[in-house]
Amino acid sequence: MTAALAAGRAARMRVSAALFRRPWMRAVLLLSGPGAWFFLIYLAALVVLFISALWSVEPFTGKLVHHWTLDNFKALVNVSTYRTIALRTIAIAAAVTVTDVVLAVPFALFAVRIAPQRLRAVLFVAVLIPLWSSYLVRVYVWRLILSKDGVLNWVLEKVGLGAVNVGYSNWAVWIVFSYIWLPFMILPVWAAIERVPDSFIEASADLGARGWRTFRSVLLPLILPGIAAGSIFTFSLTLGDFITPTLVGGAGSDFIGNVVYDNVGIANNIPFAAAFATVPLAVMAVYLLLVRRLGAFEAL
Amino acid sequence: MASGGGTTIDAPSSTPPPLSPVGVDAAVRISGVRKTYGDVVAVDNLSLAVDAGEFFTLLGPSGSGKTTTLRVIAGFEPADCGSVELHGVDVTRSPPFQRPVNTVFQDYALFPHMSVIDNVAYGLRVRGVGKRQRHAQAAEALKMVRLPDIGQRRPLQLSGGQRQRVALARALVNRPRVLLLDEPLGALDLKLRQEMQLELKAIQRELSERITFLYVTHDQDEALTMSDRIAVFCDGRIEQVGTPGEVYEHPANEFVAGFVGTSNVIKRDGRTYTVRPEKIRMLGHGESDAAAMEGTVREVAYLGPVTRYVVELDGAETLVVLRQNIDTSAMQASEQRGRRVRLAWRAEDARLLETKEQEAGNT
Repeated sequence: MTAALAAGRAARMRVSAALFRRPWMRAVLLLSGPGAWFFLIYLAALVVLFISALWSVEPFTGKLVHHWTLDNFKALVNVSTYRTIALRTIAIAAAVTVTDVVLAVPFALFAVRIAPQRLRAVLFVAVLIPLWSSYLVRVYVWRLILSKDGVLNWVLEKVGLGAVNVGYSNWAVWIVFSYIWLPFMILPVWAAIERVPDSFIEASADLGARGWRTFRSVLLPLILPGIAAGSIFTFSLTLGDFITPTLVGGAGSDFIGNVVYDNVGIANNIPFAAAFATVPLAVMAVYLLLVRRLGAFEAL
Repeated sequence: MASGGGTTIDAPSSTPPPLSPVGVDAAVRISGVRKTYGDVVAVDNLSLAVDAGEFFTLLGPSGSGKTTTLRVIAGFEPADCGSVELHGVDVTRSPPFQRPVNTVFQDYALFPHMSVIDNVAYGLRVRGVGKRQRHAQAAEALKMVRLPDIGQRRPLQLSGGQRQRVALARALVNRPRVLLLDEPLGALDLKLRQEMQLELKAIQRELSERITFLYVTHDQDEALTMSDRIAVFCDGRIEQVGTPGEVYEHPANEFVAGFVGTSNVIKRDGRTYTVRPEKIRMLGHGESDAAAMEGTVREVAYLGPVTRYVVELDGAETLVVLRQNIDTSAMQASEQRGRRVRLAWRAEDARLLETKEQEAGNT
């Protein structure tokens, strides 16, 4: 009995020692799980997406035709509706990203550099709380706020400013997206600001720089990787969404995601849906290259 | 960006204002400054005057308030009460960017996203000095700290000693009236630190007509090596201000005696004396001294040039004795352990100390 235990322990010892001597074996053990997931599910799905984008559908039977064709992509470029939808999606995603940067940076600056310890904890929780509730619930709440006789107009009337008509429009889409993705911008920016030592800010002031100059020349370049990380979230999450445009948008608020959804579910044209789905991917790839050009990843 | 092209006009502020006559205004005058962090009193009713052109050191253990004092002078921390004057101008309420001082930080605080030359030129750029001129001045400053050829590198590519010099150049290029140095050599290894001490002192001597150096350290050797005057800090207060010789040879109290160098405290007839270890002689055979005291060697530490003996006097204190190894080998030194010895010192080397109680009674 004890001999068997000792033998087991010795065997485990040998395995551990072998692993210790061969760091690459440890790497293989660590990565085999995530690697399998990455290749089989993630990359395979992408490959299938690209391949099916080059197929077409038999118009009458709705059957897949496995012939290579670029017709789906030609339609994307040539049909003005699709062009408009793609541009609208990209433009609103960009507007949402800019809005979230403008809101997140001063907020995180206050939270990290000015707020006392306890307030900082409260603010951190406040940023996270919306993520605890369902996405759908939050979008529906915004429907109530922004609709014609909603909370927003009620307040505006009370204040005497008169009602506005932002419900079921691109304005509503912009506002709701900016709200929903804001935590994903605040958190990386917050972390980036925390990583900047106080002495950098003090050194800048010591060398004669006022607040704005310190912000532009020292703080902003150093937190740019955080802003870039946040913008990847806000931009890509907006690009791929179709629920918010459906619920708070109007007639002219369709996103790429809505077209994809319609083609999968209603038109049963999966190849065309796949082709349109590659557009956000391509846009994201271009966006990442641009961000890298700006030097945002140098500090990573 | 204002720095682009050659069209920017150089601000006249890049030349320092004329110095006031020596003795009229202290370069730094702190009066009654108090600073607390919550319940902790960092600096308590502190007053201090530093003459123009001096190398003045704030020396003390960590938590004694020396860095806080420096930060109050730099403007990073507002004082709870009291005032700070720089060359006769009250700057108590001025923000850091309006004070004619520059700081060398303990962690150097070099901006990692800028090249070395841009780091050094930053203060000039902020004041609107044109690109060509500020780069020329920055190159000049780098030459002064003996790093002429690294302008295009990033701070992260430099060694600790090089970063330290760049930080010094970045502060000096602005021609501050007072240069504040917050343990700038703390992160360097011993050899490099000693080298930099001498170099810093040389630079200060060269600039002493224009710039006053205010130096914070916890290292007494460093303070003794470089300073014209030293203020010894303890618990947010200054225990003594004086030249290195005064502070070492005439310590005002037991704390100063113990913190600046090693010291033996001897109590006789209700009075407290201190004797430095190197002032105590171990008498050889045949030597005699009326005041000699007998004891036993308990510990021997051979330190190369000197040997440190710990001697327990018969029925009295244990003393540390430092002896040069003029004709003593390591072997001979270690053989002293357990031996009986006689110790003696000149009467004037035993300093009478004011104890804390006496001090309190005097004031």
